[in-house]
Amino acid sequence: MSQQEREAVHPLTLFLADGNSWINFDVTSFKELFWDNTFNGLTYGAIYSLIAMGYTLVYGVLRLINFAHSEVFISGAFAVYFTLSYLGFGGADPGLSPVALVGDLLLAAVAAMVVSGIVAVILERVAYRPLRKRNAPPLVFLITAIGASFAIQYIWYAFRGANAESAVIMFVPHPVFTVFGTNIDDQQITIVAAAILVMVVVDRFINHSRFGRGIRAVAQDPDTATLMGVNKERIIMITFLVGGLLAGVAALFYVMRVPSGVQYNGGFNLGIKAFAAAVLGGIGNIRGAMLGGVLIGLIGNYGQTLLGASQWSDIIAFVALVVILMFRPTGVLGESLGKARV
Amino acid sequence: MSAARFARAVTAVAVLSLALTGCAAKNNATSSGAGSGPTGPVNLPEQTALPVPGDAAKPAGDGKAKCSGVTIAYAGAESGGNAQLGINIYSGIQLAINKHNTANPGCQVAFKKYDTAGDPAQAPGVVTQVVGSKDIIGAVGLPFSGESKATGGIFQTGGLVHITPSATNPSLTTNGWTTFFRALGNDSVQGPAAAKFLTGKLKAKKVCVIQDDSDYGIGLAKETNATLGGSADTACSDKVTTGQKDFSATVSKVMAAKPDAVFYSGYYAEGAPFDQQLVNKGFTGVFLGPDGTKDTAFVKQAGAASSNAYFVCPCVPGELIPSFAQAFSAANSGAAPGTYSLEGYDAATVLLKGIDSGAVTRPALLNYVKNYNADGLSKHFQWNSTGELANTTVYGYKVQNGKIVFVGTV
Repeated sequence: MSQQEREAVHPLTLFLADGNSWINFDVTSFKELFWDNTFNGLTYGAIYSLIAMGYTLVYGVLRLINFAHSEVFISGAFAVYFTLSYLGFGGADPGLSPVALVGDLLLAAVAAMVVSGIVAVILERVAYRPLRKRNAPPLVFLITAIGASFAIQYIWYAFRGANAESAVIMFVPHPVFTVFGTNIDDQQITIVAAAILVMVVVDRFINHSRFGRGIRAVAQDPDTATLMGVNKERIIMITFLVGGLLAGVAALFYVMRVPSGVQYNGGFNLGIKAFAAAVLGGIGNIRGAMLGGVLIGLIGNYGQTLLGASQWSDIIAFVALVVILMFRPTGVLGESLGKARV
Repeated sequence: MSAARFARAVTAVAVLSLALTGCAAKNNATSSGAGSGPTGPVNLPEQTALPVPGDAAKPAGDGKAKCSGVTIAYAGAESGGNAQLGINIYSGIQLAINKHNTANPGCQVAFKKYDTAGDPAQAPGVVTQVVGSKDIIGAVGLPFSGESKATGGIFQTGGLVHITPSATNPSLTTNGWTTFFRALGNDSVQGPAAAKFLTGKLKAKKVCVIQDDSDYGIGLAKETNATLGGSADTACSDKVTTGQKDFSATVSKVMAAKPDAVFYSGYYAEGAPFDQQLVNKGFTGVFLGPDGTKDTAFVKQAGAASSNAYFVCPCVPGELIPSFAQAFSAANSGAAPGTYSLEGYDAATVLLKGIDSGAVTRPALLNYVKNYNADGLSKHFQWNSTGELANTTVYGYKVQNGKIVFVGTV
């Protein structure tokens, strides 16, 4: 379809601020690419969800937005890079047998979870615990979080430089089946299926385990929880640890999808989107973070196709966030980590 | 009890998800996989010969030059994310100065390096320092467009002639600066050349132009689109952002349009993952990038997918000029000349010839460069009143077996 036809069919246009181009609502492409965008959005949405859970857990327990969580994530991505490089993965499809590949990826996942978990716990110990001991006001925590984010970024910068690491390709995606005329590849299936499983586990952990009960108790009322015999400091540490482990899983999937995404500041954009996802779903609410991640992934993808340029992806996601918060100020599912319904 | 259940559940999840990955990998064994040869429909052969002007100016001169207390400066990146380009350039300058000083015992030119880290915010302070050093009568730099834009006025005020070996933004010569000279073609040459390369040698009938949000990417895409005309399919053009890594929606758009080639107007940091994601989705056409993507980092970050990549660049492949390449390797412990090493060498040669001719003050050397008219190793140097070269060539490159090789002029 030519450009003229497009404009004739959809004459609704907006004048763009730079004065030399127009926004066309590209409904034709939107329809053509709807299912492509849906499945890609779900894949990235799953990754956002895993990161968003880290934001939401910490917020639920400490009422703290841990802006350094994006660096917890990228530290895991570096662990994936180092592990896979050590195992001989590189720029070409290694063409490994399934058993070898599963073994290697499992090792990389464990390495990423360990590194992200350790970074998260160290962050809590070094940056936040001293502030809690001195009863610092919330604003100080926020500034510290931003400072910690930069500190970790520049530790990686000093260590690995400004360029992204070389690609580590785990396996080249291959279409498995077709839905609505769109090829679904094995990476998408792996990421979405694994992310759903991880989410189910986390959900059960929060709702049914002893530590989960502790987390919910501290989230609801830290002082009463302490009186009831819950070790608050220990619960806080476990919360950071769980957030770190989830970020490690996300890091594996992110590097699977973007093999050259390991870069000192590579967590920033993802972190912002994951944070938006957590707020969208209802910050402090673990199921909200899962839903929010998927919504952010989908809205960004639909929006950029509809408005005709990839540059709109973030803008449309944040506009959607603002609109939803106007009607539901506590997010889609509400803030409720501490409440019984979760 | 619950902890044990939790541990079991985690193990089950991990094994299940990776088992899925495993099944996935089995499918790949049957696919063609990522080979090492170019996957595009057109395969331009590597060229190893480069025509060099026979009477190219040599930094050594006639060996009878007389001068004392004069210095040439390099101002540009020595550190920071883009340091490699700066190192390439000043190694070229150093080589020219060494050759000159060895041949001319009566004229020892000093060489000073100033580090801007490639940063427009740091460059003005550094350049002020350069201009303040009275012994410096000519400079090579600055390498990048942003920092050049921020410092051209300072050079102008100090009356210090400077030749940029690599800044390509066309607007740099529209500021009325009389001390600014550019030793290569700008983006209003590169854009049309990219278009010509796509529709000519690469035989592309339908091209998707993807641009980033930098001044460089926007300007270059505009020039390229204008020359491509109807060959550029507006239905699959897209605008991405600096720092973007997820190109899935852009890739879907391109795949739906089935173009013969994709032109990415931007830098390798985004171009490399974009090419990799395109190829992963089954794109078999040509990927063309400009000089901002022509870097070994592109090949590293795109991995095997980069075998469909071609580049256009106003930079001359210095490694193909045997006399230059050998001297460069000898002076740099075996390293081959990099992108823009030859441009740095040629720019320094122009200044050295001026010094040899007796132009040993800033106004004299500026006047000498203004009226310069001779061949260098890379091209013929004669500037117009704004500091642009009259005729410049754009060179084609491709990725072959993980290396960037020359495929002929565009």
